[in-house]
Amino acid sequence: MIKRVTFRHKWLPYALLAPQLLITLVFFIWPASQALYQSVLRQDAFGLRTEFIGFENFADLFADPTYLSSFHITLVFCLAVASISLGFALMLAVMADRVIKGATTYKTLLIWPYAVAPAIAGVLWYFMFNPSIGINAWILRTVFGYDWNHTLDGGDALLLVIIAAAWKQVSYNFLFFLAGLQAIPRSLIEAAAIDGASPLKRFWTIVFPLLSPTTFFLLVVNVVYAFFDTFGTIHATTNGGPAGATNTLVYKVFNDGFIGLDLGGSAAQSVILMIIVVSLTVVQFRYIERRVEY
Amino acid sequence: MAELRISGVEKVYPNGFKAIHGIDLDVPDGEFIVLVGPSGCGKSTLLRMIAGLETVSSGTIQIGDRVVNELEPADRDIAMVFQNYALYPHMSVYQNMSYGLRNRGYPKDAIEERVQKAAGILQLDGLLDRRPRQLSGGQRQRVAMGRAIVREPSAFLFDEPLSNLDAKLRVQMRVEIKQLQRRLGTTSVYVTHDQIEAMTMADRLVVMNAGVAEQVGTPIELYERPSSVFVGGFIGSPSMNFMPATVEPDGRHLRLSDEARLALPVEGRRVEPGRPVTVGVRPEHLTLSADADSALAFKIVLIEHLGADTLLYGSASSVEATGEGGGLLTVRWSGHHTPPAGEVIRLAADPAHLHLFDAATGRRI
Repeated sequence: MIKRVTFRHKWLPYALLAPQLLITLVFFIWPASQALYQSVLRQDAFGLRTEFIGFENFADLFADPTYLSSFHITLVFCLAVASISLGFALMLAVMADRVIKGATTYKTLLIWPYAVAPAIAGVLWYFMFNPSIGINAWILRTVFGYDWNHTLDGGDALLLVIIAAAWKQVSYNFLFFLAGLQAIPRSLIEAAAIDGASPLKRFWTIVFPLLSPTTFFLLVVNVVYAFFDTFGTIHATTNGGPAGATNTLVYKVFNDGFIGLDLGGSAAQSVILMIIVVSLTVVQFRYIERRVEY
Repeated sequence: MAELRISGVEKVYPNGFKAIHGIDLDVPDGEFIVLVGPSGCGKSTLLRMIAGLETVSSGTIQIGDRVVNELEPADRDIAMVFQNYALYPHMSVYQNMSYGLRNRGYPKDAIEERVQKAAGILQLDGLLDRRPRQLSGGQRQRVAMGRAIVREPSAFLFDEPLSNLDAKLRVQMRVEIKQLQRRLGTTSVYVTHDQIEAMTMADRLVVMNAGVAEQVGTPIELYERPSSVFVGGFIGSPSMNFMPATVEPDGRHLRLSDEARLALPVEGRRVEPGRPVTVGVRPEHLTLSADADSALAFKIVLIEHLGADTLLYGSASSVEATGEGGGLLTVRWSGHHTPPAGEVIRLAADPAHLHLFDAATGRRI
């Protein structure tokens, strides 16, 4: 039942809503409408002349091979970050769920990376993988004979930002997975043990399906994170390079708009991103409210 | 089908807490044994040790001719029904019931046959495609039973399976479980804190208190000859009345207070005069008396009508009752025509139904 409250004064509900409306208006509606407006305009290089060009910016984008390759890179980046951070977090959560001694310390330590700013996380991994002074690059070279160089090799660069971005998200996922695991009644696992399921089988047939609401929620959150919140990581490490190998959609918006000064094209790109995030949110609400609850 | 033998079993938790203080118990093949006791008495721990969900600190547990101490729960050939049923919420009823068989690699048609048979016995036929959350409490309970019986194990373990049901359904399921166990003839260990459930279902019952088996016996044995104050107070409803008393110099009467005396039971004649004892008498064994010499003057304080009979609560001539009644004695009165509250009646206790316990240890004399 939704409780209905009746206000005696007409202006009171508006007054109560005003702060929230104001914030939404200033920080969301206004910039978003500016982006929409800009996306159908073209300015000359000196900002002296602006003309209305309709959907030409969008048409240009989809004809541009660098934009399409950026789309491709973003998808790879996104899938890799989501699966690595989810998989790793789930593994850690399952292990943390079994720890008896020092469980609190262990969990606290696992949560720390979440407090690290994206740019710092990026720089951290940048140093560890630095071809000349990084310890990981050194190990790769001496032990595995692999010559790591993310400043020259596009694949290495993409891998670096994937690792840095995924590492930061593991803590967040870990927390949710741990909570999810602890919400599964112990007796279900015990019943499965009596029913003759091995620990691995118990995990895949009982625990994992029961975690699916958590997993689905985290999947959406992680995809959104990889799409939109990894700008700092990329900017601090690879700057979208080498040769656009780590130029994700969000990074490209910044790059084209503020470095390339193509405001119209940049705005068109952010409109496309806006559409993507809106549809992701719709999917999330649709499914979280239905289907995945037991 | 197998007998269950528990010898000298103890449980000590890593933090040093000793939950079970050495229990010996032999359960013959096909017996329905009930572990009963207040919460924290160790009954569930003992059951979980039999199931293999808790390690055994010392002693042995034997199912059939195998010592199972070191075996995994899956290898002990037991099935367990949990208090919250522990049904797998993402599986249908059919999948829930067949899960154990599938894990053991039974062929598909054998699984089908066993599940259908169990579903028939438990009247779950139309429900096999449902999910647990689409079932009522009683149906979930049956699915949990079904999951246990399809495996045809050597022993069933029940961990308070009825405590989540409402009172009416509980009585119904109590009968169903008992009938099912008779029909299958499977050795069963049943844990409950409800003494009525224990009395009605058990072939034999084990009354547990603070990690010790206080008494093992048939329900009637425990009712008629409780071995301690604890068992006497726990078995039977309403609870037994307890009063402090001393044995009179003649050795044939108990002095409860200056004006209240009771005749001693025949077996009690061996008690030396002057010894302080706790005397126990059940509410149904206190009757109206004409003999003013050896009777209690009972002042009625409260009347509870149960229909077929009536419970009278009251105080008796400066006797301090120590049972559950909060200092009051309880009398079970046949029928519902009772004297009004406030009236004083004279009560006597049938000497054959007086229970004497040592005042210090609480053990039966």
